Amino acid sequence: MRHTGSSTKSMAAGTPIQPITAGAAEEIPAQDFSSVVETHRPQIFRFLLASLRDVDLAETLTQECFLKAHRNWISFRGDSSPMTWLMRIAINLQKDHWRNRRLQFWRTTRANAVDLDEAGDWLPSGERTAEQQMLAREQVAQVWEVVGRLSERQRTVFLLRYVEERELSEIAQATGLSEGTVKAHLSRALGKVRAEMRGKP
Amino acid sequence: MNWHDRLPDEDDPELKRALSNFKASVDAWSENAMLRPRTAMKPVRHAWRLAAGWALGCAVVATTVSGALYERQHRQELARLAAARTSAEKAAQQRAMSIETDQDLLANVDSDISRAVPAAMEPLAQMMDTDQAENDATKHGTK
Repeated sequence: MRHTGSSTKSMAAGTPIQPITAGAAEEIPAQDFSSVVETHRPQIFRFLLASLRDVDLAETLTQECFLKAHRNWISFRGDSSPMTWLMRIAINLQKDHWRNRRLQFWRTTRANAVDLDEAGDWLPSGERTAEQQMLAREQVAQVWEVVGRLSERQRTVFLLRYVEERELSEIAQATGLSEGTVKAHLSRALGKVRAEMRGKP
Repeated sequence: MNWHDRLPDEDDPELKRALSNFKASVDAWSENAMLRPRTAMKPVRHAWRLAAGWALGCAVVATTVSGALYERQHRQELARLAAARTSAEKAAQQRAMSIETDQDLLANVDSDISRAVPAAMEPLAQMMDTDQAENDATKHGTK
């Protein structure tokens, strides 16, 4: 898709076709890729941060995600949007990360104890009263609590929907699940959030 | 949120507010984390650690090499001893065989000489031969 643009332009002008050098051919996708990084890096980082609750790890995996994407950028055919493609890479990296961590105990402790406090502290003040802010903080803490208890797949689907605000079809593409399964995961996750808010974990 | 495909649970106003607050919280946290100043730490290298590492490495290599050499030499020594033992055994066997051959030869010579008797005493010599043969047979049978 990206390569045809330049050749079509030269043919349309009616001038003799100039052969494109290898360097020039690589430059076009490279420019495309840098704009993709600029556009999507904050979203990928945010998703990984919410999912892993570890700033350093999220940064590392974001870098890895774009490195992987850069290596395979030529083979990206545009069947899905770049964001969905990148999200898929990020989800796989995150899966690999959890799989590689053998110490289940450490993983559970870390996810539920240390970073949960840090994650819940962030709330934009806006124009709210102190009471509203306190209420909001409490709600955020409750949602984090539930997110921490969700299975890996449910958490991924939940975050893609309510943090990244993706459509069900995009989530299905990124996770490799069917839309029905995505709906079922979301419904269960929402049920847990509601139960937590009503004080029935 | 302008999704085309809403879930029925998403219309609950309280849940909606909670999820909106959650998103705002994640956004703020993520933005802050991305903008935080990063300090690059230069890795501290201790000279003594480097020296100790080299020394340990050299010691390990020296031990391995000397151990291998000792083992090789030891094996060669053992092989040499085994070869010497085998050759000594072979020599002893050969010596024993040659002694037996010499004794047989002497016995044959003796018998030949003893046979060289005058024609008149030939029947007596034959009788002696027969006796000798019987004696030999008895000896071998008892052994």
